[in-house]
Amino acid sequence: MSKEPSFSAELLHLLEENSLRSPELLGKLLDREPSEVEQEIARLEKEKVILAYKAIVDDEKAQRRTVKAVIEVKLVPERGGGFDRLARRIARYPEVTSCFLMSGGYDLLVFLEGSTLQEVALFVSEKLATLRGVTSTATHFMLRTYKQQGVLVGDAAETDRLPISP
Amino acid sequence: MEPAPHPRRGKILPFVPDGESWVARHVRDLPRSGIRDFFDLVQTMEGIVSLGIGEPGECTPWNIREQAIFALELGKTGYTSNIGLPRLRRAISRYMERLTGVRYDPEEEILVTVGVSEALDCALRAIVNPGEQILFAEPSYVAYSPGVVLAHGVPVGVPTRFEDTFRLRAEELAEKARPGVKALLLNSPANPTGTMVKEEELEKIAGICRRENWVVLSDEIYAELTYEKPHRSIASLPGMKERTIVFNGLSKAFAMTGFRLGWACGPAPLIAAMVKIHQYSMLCAPILSQEAGVEALEHGAAEVEAMRRIYQKKRNYLWRSLTALGFPCHSPEGAFYLFPSIAPFGLSSKEFALRLLREALVAVVPGTAFGPSGEGHLRCSFSPRMEELEEAVGRLSRWMRKSFPKKSDPAARS
Ligand SMILES: Cc1ncc(COP(=O)(O)O)c(C=O)c1O
Repeated sequence: MSKEPSFSAELLHLLEENSLRSPELLGKLLDREPSEVEQEIARLEKEKVILAYKAIVDDEKAQRRTVKAVIEVKLVPERGGGFDRLARRIARYPEVTSCFLMSGGYDLLVFLEGSTLQEVALFVSEKLATLRGVTSTATHFMLRTYKQQGVLVGDAAETDRLPISP
Repeated sequence: MEPAPHPRRGKILPFVPDGESWVARHVRDLPRSGIRDFFDLVQTMEGIVSLGIGEPGECTPWNIREQAIFALELGKTGYTSNIGLPRLRRAISRYMERLTGVRYDPEEEILVTVGVSEALDCALRAIVNPGEQILFAEPSYVAYSPGVVLAHGVPVGVPTRFEDTFRLRAEELAEKARPGVKALLLNSPANPTGTMVKEEELEKIAGICRRENWVVLSDEIYAELTYEKPHRSIASLPGMKERTIVFNGLSKAFAMTGFRLGWACGPAPLIAAMVKIHQYSMLCAPILSQEAGVEALEHGAAEVEAMRRIYQKKRNYLWRSLTALGFPCHSPEGAFYLFPSIAPFGLSSKEFALRLLREALVAVVPGTAFGPSGEGHLRCSFSPRMEELEEAVGRLSRWMRKSFPKKSDPAARS
């Protein structure tokens, strides 16, 4: 058996699986009092280790017509700040849902959401590509989701156990 | 013209075969499994949440499933060596050495079988002369007693008690020593109690087995699923490898029940005897499962550890929940079962389980399915997925409050 993970590591893991779990339930799972769990969650929230709680939605089932794209962006690094200033600026656009600094053939990977193809295309050509320091963009539209944030989309439940077995 | 009636017509009864009378006595007298009765009833009902499962609630890790698919693509659809793929036996040898510290020779000391179930059957048939006794702690896994009977042996359950966390006591075992006892069948961690034999007790038990010249059949299928201390195999004690057959497999820790793959490790002469039975009755374990088994043993450790941690949390959750509802219950050190007492509620195991099923749509297994000393208990599995466990606990709590308002209300008790 390897080293046991810490209380907060286990707590984070359980909340990442399902953030609706109550302090009572989490306490039972982790063999702690609910008050200890509440305190630890409060600390993690205060220190912004936990950034937010959100729902993961199956867009098809929710009949959303949103258009999603990933954009590879190349940047000119700045003296002193590297890519940070420009990356943070790009991340601030509300259309941008995620933004990561990457190794390899480009610098930023930007996830975008819009209501139409044109809207996304326009955002890239007018806002993103025209920023000083952005040297090129390559846009890929997403066609279908099979798994997001660790959750399989549209698959039937994986197990089908007999209700009673020895 | 009508033919004349046959003179003896009406006197001879038509021949109706009496199927029962053809069944061998020792099979006919075997009681139906207590689990089967309950299963048949549950099958007829809808909307059940079950704590009655004796297998992992989660599916097999994907890398293992994928390896089985790949083996099928490669056309691996034939028989294998009777004793199992050489690669798999080597992987088992390395795995068992890591797990128990004991090294088994892949050529002579390992037999790959269709689950621990088949391995156990082969071992019993290989060692038992008609009438010889096999000892085991009771409550016990459902197949032990019938398995011994089917091998023409005599099962001798050694009752263990709740007050004693269902531990097998060396002194009580020693009292059973008499001519005609052939072997001790050990199961640690145990189904249905989750109890593990303590280190000191294991040494004493080993001493008795050596003194009495018993074979040890050690069912270690839950060896990886321990929550306080690591498992200790009796075969690792001095002078014990020579007289112990260890059983293990992929069903529990690797969540591979449906693959039906297990193995026995033991002294070459005993394994050779088992091979004689296995080769004629089973030929070999399914090749796809063996291929997947290699992947599991070589690349499955991280997944097994992750699943173990999840079981540990679910154990904490179910134990705290049942205890809060007024069930006297030990927190099990291994396997994935709680075996709470229902003494405060004045019902038999079967009555309790039936009412819980009919009135709350929650399935558990009555303790008596595991032998008479299981009376007064239920087996509740904490292996179902978390959402199912929560649903079961919710239903159970509401039902308990309604059915036993005083006893299940913590506020009323304090
Ligand atoms: C103690 C014990 N032994 C053996 C088995 C059977 O295992 P297998 O699936 O390897 O045949 C089980 C399954 O429930 C068990 O609990």
